[in-house]
Amino acid sequence: MILGASTFVEGVDNAFIFILAIAFFFLITITGTMIFFIWRYNKKRNPQPTQIKDSVSLEITWTVIPLILVLGMFYYGYVGWIPMKKPPEEGIVVTANARMWSFNFRYENGRISDKLYVPKDTAIIVNLNALDVLHSFYIPAFRLKEDMVPGLANNRTWFEATKTGTYTIFCAEYCGLQHSYMISEVVVMEPDDFWAWYDDPDAMVMEIPDDANLALLGRQIVERNGCIACHSLDGRTLVGPTFAGRFGETITVITGGQQREIVYDEEYVKRSIYDPDYDITEGFRPGQMLSYQDEITEDEIDLIIEFLKSLNE
Amino acid sequence: MSETTTSTKHVSFLEYQGKYKGILGWILSTDHKRVGLLYLYTMLVFFSLAAILGLLMKLQLIAPGYTIMGPQTYNAMFTVHGIIMIFIIVVPGLPAVFGNFFLPIMIGAKDVAFPKLNLASWWIYIIGILVVLSSQFIGGWPDTGWTFYAPYSFRTPANVLPALFGAFILGFSSILTGINFVVTIHRMRAPGMTWFKMPLFPWTLYATAWIQILATPVIGITLLLTVMERVLGVGIFDPALGGDPILYQHLFWIYSHPAVYIMILPGMGAISEILPVFSRKRIYGYKAIVLSSLAIAFVGYFVWGHHMFTSGMSGRALYAFSFLTFIVAIPSAIKVFNWVSTMYKGSLNLQTPFYWATSFIFVFMIGGLTGLVLGSLATNVHVHDTHFVVAHFHFIVFGGTGYAFMAALHYWFPKMFGRMYDATWANTGWVVFFAGFLTLYLPMFALGLQGMPRRYYDYLPEFHGGNIISSLGAILMIAGALIIIVNLVRSSRHGVKVSDKNPWGGKTLEWETDTPPTLENWDEIPTVSESPYEYK
Repeated sequence: MILGASTFVEGVDNAFIFILAIAFFFLITITGTMIFFIWRYNKKRNPQPTQIKDSVSLEITWTVIPLILVLGMFYYGYVGWIPMKKPPEEGIVVTANARMWSFNFRYENGRISDKLYVPKDTAIIVNLNALDVLHSFYIPAFRLKEDMVPGLANNRTWFEATKTGTYTIFCAEYCGLQHSYMISEVVVMEPDDFWAWYDDPDAMVMEIPDDANLALLGRQIVERNGCIACHSLDGRTLVGPTFAGRFGETITVITGGQQREIVYDEEYVKRSIYDPDYDITEGFRPGQMLSYQDEITEDEIDLIIEFLKSLNE
Repeated sequence: MSETTTSTKHVSFLEYQGKYKGILGWILSTDHKRVGLLYLYTMLVFFSLAAILGLLMKLQLIAPGYTIMGPQTYNAMFTVHGIIMIFIIVVPGLPAVFGNFFLPIMIGAKDVAFPKLNLASWWIYIIGILVVLSSQFIGGWPDTGWTFYAPYSFRTPANVLPALFGAFILGFSSILTGINFVVTIHRMRAPGMTWFKMPLFPWTLYATAWIQILATPVIGITLLLTVMERVLGVGIFDPALGGDPILYQHLFWIYSHPAVYIMILPGMGAISEILPVFSRKRIYGYKAIVLSSLAIAFVGYFVWGHHMFTSGMSGRALYAFSFLTFIVAIPSAIKVFNWVSTMYKGSLNLQTPFYWATSFIFVFMIGGLTGLVLGSLATNVHVHDTHFVVAHFHFIVFGGTGYAFMAALHYWFPKMFGRMYDATWANTGWVVFFAGFLTLYLPMFALGLQGMPRRYYDYLPEFHGGNIISSLGAILMIAGALIIIVNLVRSSRHGVKVSDKNPWGGKTLEWETDTPPTLENWDEIPTVSESPYEYK
């Protein structure tokens, strides 16, 4: 377990230590006692049993002592947990969007990223938003987890990172085929570095210099939106059809229950991103992908197309 | 009561020839002992199937990436493994097998109160199994997990409704068995057997039966609401229709948490039978064990929220649930103290059932103590939905209920089949199984603390070490299970015949009947004058 990466760690780990210390004490003592009894009172060594009367005071003793101990555990658990439920008034607000099977993070200035970049020692308030099914936002290094529930308003959590570095974000709630690949990272930076990243004008795209590598920009958009969780770049079949070597080909799709042949062109790509269930490539299931209408602009789609073309080379 | 007269004296129930011959003489028999064995054989078949699925899953996890199967197959396997193990094996579990077989004998009755209903329960159980399993394969491989959480499960077109319907049918079997046992215990105890002279296994069956009757109907409610949603389009669980997926989780756990106590309580009862017999001592704290069983059954209704600490439920509800979860831990602790005290100054007869019973206490303690980690709010947030939870419930449900089942089977086997198993093979099987079990599940606690989520087809390299050990443990454990099963199956037909009707020196009534028992157990209903377990 990674130590000292968020303000929650100490409280949670104290609860772990308190509970596990008591647990180990009882486990070792009781198991030791059983083994001693088996050695001392086995039939060979102790042929004649001694009958012993029940004792109410003993029963009360071993009811009350564990009761006090578990109340202590309840207390430690409560104290370590309550800060998680009390987000501060001020902080950086980020909206975490989860869909099968990727995360993305939208900042207040409109910047979108597939990784969560945050400054050290600053409260980050995370609005949790699930677009399709249940997901869960889990950062083990921060001892933080909260489910992302579709349709649940004002679902939020928060944290304050205390050590720079890169930590894994998992989806902890089972969400289907690629659940175990729904992984992202939180990158904790020095505040100056973060603000430089945050305000980086180049990151806001769309002013493309003449010599820019359009395919590379397209690839970044594809990665940022988690497309490659389902669409491979090397011809393998995942949840959806591969991106490799398809652009310009004639493909067979099912449209409104009818099979038809169409060309994999600009128009098809755009329709597939904004209305994924309209044409379903033969052999694949509908209902697996949600529209990216609000997430990917038409200008970005042009870049994606450049990237798809580059995969034919 | 069966209509047959007592001309069947001293013919074992295994050989008794009723109206039907051959297999019909079994699947149409209302004899509680034959019904118990029908459940045993059904469970053996499905347990083997689900255990193989479990082994394949562990083999997949022995290395990151594709090892022996793809993600869709893996997801299907953990779903079917969970559904079979929970709904078909451990929920009916000990009550269906040993409750049916021994409850009437232990309280000095000739059968359960409603023998025909009892047989009907088994038939409903079989129908439920068929519906649940077939539902899982309509419309492709199942991949929802045994919890069927909305809205993911609602996206798979034909899955949830029939699965819930199957669980509902299985639930009916459970309810009917519960009603049968409650009436049997209330009305049919032998003369002189007052409530507090009743052995502890029937006591735990009694507590369990009430949970079965009162908690199981919640499945029916859930089913009804799902039908309203799917057929009438009323938004209840599915956010796409304006429903609330958290409501589904509440309803699911309002049944499924008490169901955990349905699974474990009868196991505790079986352990409470075995320890005094092999210690040659009165059970320590008889009344404390009875009262703690009733307390578990009661408080167990109010703790379901601890499955949902990170679900988005209100904070105030959460600490109430956490508090109650700690309270429900106390009765289990009381039992452990009493069991260990029973061994104090005894004359311990070190035989296979005793080994299973003491190892039960060990694994049950690990399961219970790690449950405290999950009951506490701060620590739960970190380990919820990780391998820690998987390890915890396998320690309770497989370690607890499974070990108690094996203890009970090795304890009552000579009475049930009139033959004895090979003790050397039985002990060997236990050692291999126990070693494999610990190697399989202990590393999962570490993986969970490290942060490895559950239901994971693939994992990051940092989780590799724990998974290798765990997978090797799975192979060892399955080898142990194989030794145990082969030994028992072989011995039920070819084992040495038992001449003594009381080979372990038990004090409860089942050891006073013939071995194996006759059709109606008793020529004459016995009269009871002293408490069970009165060793001198």
